[in-house]
Amino acid sequence: MSSKPALLQVKDLKVHFPIRGGLFGAPEGYVRAVDGVSFDVAQGETFGLVGESGCGKTTTGSAILRMIRPTSGKIFFDGEDMGTVDKKSLFNIRRHMQIIFQDPASSLNPKISIAKSVGEPLFVHQGLRGKELKNRVDDLLETVGLPHQQANRYPHQFSGGQRQRIVIARALALRPKLVVCDEPVSALDVSVQSQVLNLLNSLQRDLGLAYLFISHDLSVVRHISDRVAVMYLGQIVEMAPTLELFENPQHPYTQTLIAAIPLPDPTAQRARKKIIVEGEIPSPANPPKGCAFHTRCPLAQNICKNEKPLLLERTPKHWSACHFEGARIDEPL
Amino acid sequence: MSKEPVIQIDNLSLSIGELDILCGVSFNVAAGQTLAIVGESGCGKSMTALAIMGLLPEGAIITSGSIKLNDRDLVGLPEGQMQNIRGNEISMIFQEPVLALDPLMPVGNQIAEALTAHVQTSSGDAMNEALSLLDRVGIPEAQKRLKQYPFELSGGMCQRIMIAIALACRPGVLIADEPTTALDVTIQAQILRLISSLGNELQTALVLITHDLGVVADMADQVAVMYGGSIVELGELDDIFARPGHPYTKALLRSIPRLDTIPKAELEVISGMVPDARNWPKGCRFHPRCTSAMPRCTIERPLLEPDGESPDHFVACWLTQEEKK
Repeated sequence: MSSKPALLQVKDLKVHFPIRGGLFGAPEGYVRAVDGVSFDVAQGETFGLVGESGCGKTTTGSAILRMIRPTSGKIFFDGEDMGTVDKKSLFNIRRHMQIIFQDPASSLNPKISIAKSVGEPLFVHQGLRGKELKNRVDDLLETVGLPHQQANRYPHQFSGGQRQRIVIARALALRPKLVVCDEPVSALDVSVQSQVLNLLNSLQRDLGLAYLFISHDLSVVRHISDRVAVMYLGQIVEMAPTLELFENPQHPYTQTLIAAIPLPDPTAQRARKKIIVEGEIPSPANPPKGCAFHTRCPLAQNICKNEKPLLLERTPKHWSACHFEGARIDEPL
Repeated sequence: MSKEPVIQIDNLSLSIGELDILCGVSFNVAAGQTLAIVGESGCGKSMTALAIMGLLPEGAIITSGSIKLNDRDLVGLPEGQMQNIRGNEISMIFQEPVLALDPLMPVGNQIAEALTAHVQTSSGDAMNEALSLLDRVGIPEAQKRLKQYPFELSGGMCQRIMIAIALACRPGVLIADEPTTALDVTIQAQILRLISSLGNELQTALVLITHDLGVVADMADQVAVMYGGSIVELGELDDIFARPGHPYTKALLRSIPRLDTIPKAELEVISGMVPDARNWPKGCRFHPRCTSAMPRCTIERPLLEPDGESPDHFVACWLTQEEKK
């Protein structure tokens, strides 16, 4: 993994949205949705991006796919700088990166059959048609566990879980190298969630896909990811291999998040120390000075209010952005 | 369960047109106790809540059973009397706090409205009470917030307002329908703590509807698992998690990714999909997805019976009933 260059490299990515409304529409300020994010994703790896609403995880995903233009920073895909390539090359690169959204119902055109939806990228990018196209679509549907006899049905004839399978089939049509999964199981019922997670895992094993897995659900992210980055207010505050992150969380925010998930086990849940941080997530239009988490951090000191901590590699592969190494939210400094 | 139940649902069935939405739902909740109703979409958990509130959608008819609030049957009560009960003796908080609030009215007035509707009080006194309620639900700068509109507040704040409205008249029963599903995890933890501490203080009987088994483990005293319009398992919290009886409960507990399992390992799945009222399977409604289904399960519908080990643990499954014999 380390010898090969990463499939995706994100370097100091910033996406700032102007707040219009000043004189003649001049920006009054900026929402710093993503504010200096760097990470890379290796081939065949699942990289989890986790955080609460407004932390910039979805914007990061959209910027990588070039659905929105970054304000600054660089994105390399397969060694190519996405910021400098011309339109034609961008079109070609894009076939190698696909996205799956949270709500499968709104990502499928209700007026066309699922065979058409799944076949569209094959037509657009590879010019397939007729029998050849039909065979590929049938194969794709079988891959995601849907009978190809249902190919001529419309999205409303399927359940939520099945629709998500259709969206996955469409994303896989061009044999991409990277799939951005933006909350792919959040809208699904619990019993169906596990079906889709298993499918994503087995597709990765078979096809060598890399996933950028964006979610607010820590249990799901822990289950599917090889490495995880935790975002807060547009920045990564901690990044580490999955088990290391969950068993040895360094940043107080990560510790807070893990402590806040109720365990589906009454005995374990009662035995746990309850740590609940107070306050709300600040607005990314007006982020706090210093460490973004200092307004809610139970350990915050003066330095946290004034100086922004750097994301540093504290132990091999474990990055964390806190002034106090080894801080524990349940123990005073 | 030694305490007298505040609310008793007995054999409640409900249909919309030809469709059976609920079939024989029964449970009790005592003061200060929490019953969690767990289930997936379309299982009837929200419909049960709306039936208790008397807020059923048009066309929905209660075909049998009773809903007793302190021994008074609410089924068939005229709307006028129901209005006196709703928000006064039984309150509800919803999943989407921002949608549940009136966007055109300052939140302070919305809380005061709940009070003036049910308690003899002047609007000035109601406003003062609203102010102290805002304090109680942990909203900083209450005086300023009183005059704000829902859009000026975050989702977590709006849910706190909803809780203030719901608890303004100190109801005996509070129904919370997915109260934290739309909220972030750190905010969810705050709201759950608020609901349980206020519920404890006011000795409210809480019916908590959720799909999150973590929330259940954190909050409930009793658990009712719903599937296909009826309760398939009912029991004490620890009993349900330690000795789940129904194959659906068992599979559900095993299929969720947890913080203590091995990452990337194959999750156990419940094959097939969640059924809906338009085509309930015959017999036991779980049988097409059940790995231990027997011929009998496809024909006859099992009813809730004691599981034979604990007096408070009920399971609706032919397998359990045969093992008992």
